[in-house]
Amino acid sequence: MSTATAEHHDHDDHHGPAKGWTRWLYTTNHKDIGTLYLLFSLVMFFIGGGMALIIRAELFQPGLQMVDPLFFNSMTTMHALVMIFGVVMPAFVGLANWMIPMMIGGPDMALPRLNNWSFWIMPFAFLLLLSTLFMEGGGPAGGWTLYAPLSLQGGDNLAFVIFAIHFMGISSVMGSINIVATIFNMRAPGMTLMKMPLFVWTWLITAYLLIAVIPVLAGAVTMLLTDRYFGTSFFSAAGGGDPVMFQHIFWFFGHPEVYILILPAFGIISSIIPTFARKPLFGYASMVYATASIAFLSFIVWAHHMFTVGMPLAGEMFFMFATMMISVPTGVKVFNWIATMWRGSMTFETPMLFAIGFLVMFTIGGLSGLMLAITPADIQYHDTYFVVAHFHYVLVPGAIYSIMAATYYWMPKWTGNMYDEKWGKIHFWVSTVFLNVLFFPMHFVGLAGMPRRIPDYSMQFADWNAVATIGAFGFGFSQLIFVYVVLKCMKGGEKATTEVWEGADGLEWTVPSPAPYHTFETPPPIR
Amino acid sequence: MSESDSNDTSTTLGIRKAHLTLSGKLCLLGIGMFGFGYLMVPLYDIICDITGLNGKTSSVAVSAPRSDGAAVDRLVTVEFVSVVNSSAAWSFKPTKTSMQVVPGRSYTASYEVVNLNGRPAVGQAVPSVAPSSAAKYFNKIECFCFTSQEFDTGGRKEMPLVFFIEEDLPRSIDTVTLSYTYFDTGEPVAVSLSDS
Repeated sequence: MSTATAEHHDHDDHHGPAKGWTRWLYTTNHKDIGTLYLLFSLVMFFIGGGMALIIRAELFQPGLQMVDPLFFNSMTTMHALVMIFGVVMPAFVGLANWMIPMMIGGPDMALPRLNNWSFWIMPFAFLLLLSTLFMEGGGPAGGWTLYAPLSLQGGDNLAFVIFAIHFMGISSVMGSINIVATIFNMRAPGMTLMKMPLFVWTWLITAYLLIAVIPVLAGAVTMLLTDRYFGTSFFSAAGGGDPVMFQHIFWFFGHPEVYILILPAFGIISSIIPTFARKPLFGYASMVYATASIAFLSFIVWAHHMFTVGMPLAGEMFFMFATMMISVPTGVKVFNWIATMWRGSMTFETPMLFAIGFLVMFTIGGLSGLMLAITPADIQYHDTYFVVAHFHYVLVPGAIYSIMAATYYWMPKWTGNMYDEKWGKIHFWVSTVFLNVLFFPMHFVGLAGMPRRIPDYSMQFADWNAVATIGAFGFGFSQLIFVYVVLKCMKGGEKATTEVWEGADGLEWTVPSPAPYHTFETPPPIR
Repeated sequence: MSESDSNDTSTTLGIRKAHLTLSGKLCLLGIGMFGFGYLMVPLYDIICDITGLNGKTSSVAVSAPRSDGAAVDRLVTVEFVSVVNSSAAWSFKPTKTSMQVVPGRSYTASYEVVNLNGRPAVGQAVPSVAPSSAAKYFNKIECFCFTSQEFDTGGRKEMPLVFFIEEDLPRSIDTVTLSYTYFDTGEPVAVSLSDS
């Protein structure tokens, strides 16, 4: 037991990774699969980003210049599907694969072969989804929410989209089952639940959310499929169905989904801020309870996406207050992070910059979310660019920044090399400036009434749209710096120490850098 | 070494069993939630039926009102609205766009439909009442929306509707809008949709 560190070297020799490209195809190693997920996510990030740039290029000026409206609509639809299901979710699953076994002192994921399947389904799902762009009639263009009856009136791409969603769903649910099983069964002796790092906690709760709501989405899209091809009338009023019901079922999935996209981010930020503030996390237990409360509340707020469908007053009041209640546990988290930094001896390496950027800008997105929660105000904001500004502020400097922070934070452990700090910082500052140039003006045009998902707009929105487009191209191309830093770090650089960061705390910092192929085959002692 | 090996095997088996039990339970949860998605369909209908939340009126005919509305001292405006679903060509209009009614008394209104599809067709009207809280006070004694209608090419029909508004309609509501959307349900093949 006491020779835990010595033993790592033994394991290192006797069973390393297989040779050749089949290593990646057949691998059941959590680190390999984590790497695959992260690389997949990076590739999809550029595909989804390219789509966003097409959208912004068209919106640079009023009028129709670049693309025809149908293609524009399929770009908004695909951009959302790719970014949600192809970038943020796989990146979090990749981080979970890499870090959770190391953080809880387990040798690998609980169900390694299932893990291989979960990943390898993804490329096929996205092949199905992206192939629709090259089909007659183009890709899906009714919005990522696939609202009936609009989505039922498009071409046969719907069938491809639905099966792609089924595949992604199966992948996510299998991944989640694996993560829950890992956390419950693979912890080192002494690693009690309330000693787990917050990243593990937030992922445990996220995994439960995924298992609970992804099947509901699967049900909803299956109903669309049978409505379109097999003559059922779930959402067709002519046959006794109700299109509004689709929105209820969809958002019953959709709202927990937005917390699926942000809870692991909370876990990442809770790991990074204590390291660079050199203080333990303030209010650990309250963080756990806040995460659980957010997860619970996420199930009872879905209809705030539908304030304009004609709900009765009582329903609007309920969903308004329930939504506002979410800001209480979220506020607890924000204050805990600030309290962690309070009087800490802080340094500002790249991961910390991204974490602080997250804290500031995610809060901006959270506050505009509160504005949207106010029913009478939402009727004005609904389907305008204000909503676009809101969810991009919580997803880009929220989810995406947390993933980048995590990459900079753990990359030395993954590769054994320090990344280039100078370029990391440049990446942060350039991204942050352009990101605000991109998304902040959307608040203004949104409040002035510019509708979302429309390729043209009236003249008075022209200036701010031009500004946003400049920001979009700046932000998009500055992500090439990220690729440069990652590739450079994979190739070499200053060797990382075992601990990597001076103030780092956690089991992942007790194994050598780069982390050996197999870690903790013998459980480490837990303090 | 052999001792620890056998020890390893037994713990490995134990862990494997724990994995299987837990993932089995989680799979059941997933399958259950898939079912719950479908359960939301009848649940939605039941909730809407009880509360009238989505403006759905009752899909069954009721008998004539118990009172003749003599004791009622107010008038309610009923507006008639027609919508043709975009998927087909119909002319569909109310013969009168609004009328003043006394709650508790029954009235007759009608809609006129012309089949402009250029082929024989079957149509079905789906009603909705606004404000939705008035839906459960709006009763139909007879309605063309209870069945579908068959038309020859260019066929024309005047379709009656006999309704009354209950006396306990909240005083805050003085206008009730009845909207029908007319759907094309295909060529005539002896189908009858008796749903609302």
